Amino acid sequence: MTAVVRALEAFAKFWRDFLIGDAPELFVGTLVFVGAALAFRHRGGVAVIVLPLIVIAFLAGSVLRGRAKS
Amino acid sequence: MNSSTLVLALAVFGASAVEMVEALTIVTAAGVTRGWRSAIEGTLVAVVVLTALVIAVGIPLARLVPIDILRVVIGALLLVLGLDWLRKAVLRASGHKALHDEDAIYARTVADLSSRPPTARVPAPSGGTRSTWRHGPRDATGFTVAFKGVFLEGMEVVLIVITLGASSGHLALASCAAGAAAVVVSIAGYLVARQLSEVPENWLKLGVGIMLTSFGVFWVGEGAGVRWPGSDLMILVLVAVFATTAALLSLGMRKLGPSREAVAAGSGHPS
Repeated sequence: MTAVVRALEAFAKFWRDFLIGDAPELFVGTLVFVGAALAFRHRGGVAVIVLPLIVIAFLAGSVLRGRAKS
Repeated sequence: MNSSTLVLALAVFGASAVEMVEALTIVTAAGVTRGWRSAIEGTLVAVVVLTALVIAVGIPLARLVPIDILRVVIGALLLVLGLDWLRKAVLRASGHKALHDEDAIYARTVADLSSRPPTARVPAPSGGTRSTWRHGPRDATGFTVAFKGVFLEGMEVVLIVITLGASSGHLALASCAAGAAAVVVSIAGYLVARQLSEVPENWLKLGVGIMLTSFGVFWVGEGAGVRWPGSDLMILVLVAVFATTAALLSLGMRKLGPSREAVAAGSGHPS
């Protein structure tokens, strides 16, 4: 039983580190991006501009946050 | 092979090469300190387990899950992973984060492994060599360290192979690209007989981060129902957009210098 719990804990830790790690804002940004993709799916012209901009905005914010922590 | 397939193969090859360089450092340290037999056996067992994971998870995923759902979920995973690599690469390129130092990791691992008592079944010879590795002693610590190193570094490769391969219908190609990278890094490591500290890891990570982010954006959009202009060619446009963004961010961060908090704490890394 302990081995199973340990394995589950390791599995959960792997996914937490993978998805959130030390930049939770990027995980939030990805959720926002998915929401925006679904919202703009029928407006191709807007989606092509807005979707990459969302990614760029969250990346820039995360890099600035990383600088503050460095 | 069209352009998006080529980018896919390059992304998997690059990601796999980066992770394998890191794994090679650990395996080399385990081989030098605990004997090559256990280090190589641990490596081979990890490779077999990782391959089994790709087959067990990747093939059912590609066949059973509706392609649009698969693309949104997988695209989101690629985006999280790609943005994280991109963020770290930009911070490293602009001097706000220390570069990944394979020499330091190697020295730390060797020191740690050398301090542990031997667990070999037969007395260890004085320094294992490549020519005698098959007849060398088995060492549980060497095996475990090599296995864990390859398995943990390889897990990200497995995720990238499964996500990129399953969502594009090129699981075999993605697996081959990862395998090719593992072979190239192994041969390079064997030839120079040590860890590969000269490999420009940060540039590789930057390139792979750009490609993973581009694929992530493209697949989430496709899965959600966005019609990208130029279809697959849009991936190349996205690669160009994110490469430019990364370059501008690196330059901007370099100009900004360390943050006030970092200067106050005395830990800033102005380049």
